[in-house]
Amino acid sequence: MELNEKELEILAILEKDARTTLENIAKMTQLSVEEVQDVIQKLEKENIIVHYTTLVNWSKVDSYHGVTAMIDVKVTPKRGVGFDAVAERIYRFKEVKSVYLMSGAYDLSVTVEGRSMNEISRFVSEKLSTLDSVVSTTTHFQLKKYKHDGIIYDQNNDDRRIVVSP
Amino acid sequence: MNTTKSYIAKSVDKIPPSGIRKFFDLAANMDGVVSLGVGEPDFVTSWSVREAAISSLERGYTSYTANAGLIELRRAIADYMRERFQAEYDPEQEIIVTSGGSEALDIALRTIIDPGDEIAVVEPCFVSYGPLVQLAGGNVVSIGTLAQNDFKLQPEELERAITPKTKALLICSPNNPTGTQLAREDLTAICDIVKKYDLLVIADEIYAELAYDIPHTSFASLEGMKERTILINGFSKGFAMTGWRLGFTCAPKEISKAMLKVHQYTMMCASTPAQYAAIEALQNGMEYVEEMKNDYRRRRNFFVESLNELGLDCHMPGGAFYAFPSIKGTGLSSEQFAEQLLLSEKVAVVPGHVFGKGGEGYIRCSYASSIEQLQEAIKRMKRFLASL
Repeated sequence: MELNEKELEILAILEKDARTTLENIAKMTQLSVEEVQDVIQKLEKENIIVHYTTLVNWSKVDSYHGVTAMIDVKVTPKRGVGFDAVAERIYRFKEVKSVYLMSGAYDLSVTVEGRSMNEISRFVSEKLSTLDSVVSTTTHFQLKKYKHDGIIYDQNNDDRRIVVSP
Repeated sequence: MNTTKSYIAKSVDKIPPSGIRKFFDLAANMDGVVSLGVGEPDFVTSWSVREAAISSLERGYTSYTANAGLIELRRAIADYMRERFQAEYDPEQEIIVTSGGSEALDIALRTIIDPGDEIAVVEPCFVSYGPLVQLAGGNVVSIGTLAQNDFKLQPEELERAITPKTKALLICSPNNPTGTQLAREDLTAICDIVKKYDLLVIADEIYAELAYDIPHTSFASLEGMKERTILINGFSKGFAMTGWRLGFTCAPKEISKAMLKVHQYTMMCASTPAQYAAIEALQNGMEYVEEMKNDYRRRRNFFVESLNELGLDCHMPGGAFYAFPSIKGTGLSSEQFAEQLLLSEKVAVVPGHVFGKGGEGYIRCSYASSIEQLQEAIKRMKRFLASL
């Protein structure tokens, strides 16, 4: 779908900060609040804006014991539907947080979140590997998150500039 | 030894201290200040540029470079000026890499000024112009610009200011502090006068990358202007590299040769790591420049509309990152306004009069800050205006 300059501008603003108010977006784009509202509704309806979410640094929350693994999955594509049908059988599991079709040594890159390594191991051995089309899996557990979706977790945002300068 | 003799040269003694200094001293000792007084980007230099400098140090590139700068950098600058601004310069003889735009200005002025020469300076302008002209032995002829003309120099005003002693026009577009950008037709009209009176132009185009509505037009790209233009540009603003102190001049061979003499005896060469960083900035940094520019544009739109809503009339600045609203409606002088705003609401702005003729009655607000900071500043300014 072809988007105009203002629509792209609104996407760029929301992608940076989904909480930017309609009033502020209107001022930033030189549109009226109603026009901004219309554009956002249209983008939501077209599923170009898919969802609004919050990036949480769970490692700072003491009671959180989650584990994330990235799994390289080799599959045999199904005749007629290719990789899409296999991907769908995988992404429907609620443990699965992301699925990408990849070029290179394996086919699908799957991110899985669970409460423990055990839980993820069980998911891989009981649910993922047992799928007909899955040929092999390689599981990598994440040890620490430094940066996610373009955001550095422990960014130092201090303003080091002198307060008044020519 | 007691002495009542002053050792300070009269030429330095008569230069008043910068009006910005006072606000710096006031604001620097306060907590919780929202500063719109900063004349530099809030972005940090891109990592790839920082990394290039680190890597140059690792390889041990720590000696002087050629006086005019690394030839690789000068070639990159020549390509950049041609592709970006349609200005053609020979990297071997017409480009000098300097310690920031400030040194570039200084060597340009010292190279062309004979005692008593007049330099026509378009104001409001960067605070260094006048003092640098004076230190070089010249006399400043101020040409004020008005809000009703969007702070654009009017050709007839220029013509009126010219005397037989006038040597050059010193002009900045996009402008600090007004944000005014001169379009091609504005430049053409100015250049007609410049040619008629056989003047030079010192064109400070340090904000050239930060033009939001129409592309920047360089003086040097206009017909017959290259031979009478000294172009000042650099990496500080567009590439967010203020602390690296790296600028450059582009000027015809004869003038460059003379400027290089001044540069070589005062500076020797610009900082070597910074020069390696600048090569990376020109080769791989344009995407980051574009990203920053898009952000500044959104902030400008947001901030200027918010100022106008407050009743502080402000023209839409075409470039740089400054808004220059009128505070005449408050009945305060710009200095009173800036001082009271700082003391009562902790918002730092710079009073317009420090930028010269035409600046009184206005304040300079830099919008090189996050939207959250700008919004907070607007909130405080609203409260301040209501308290008057």
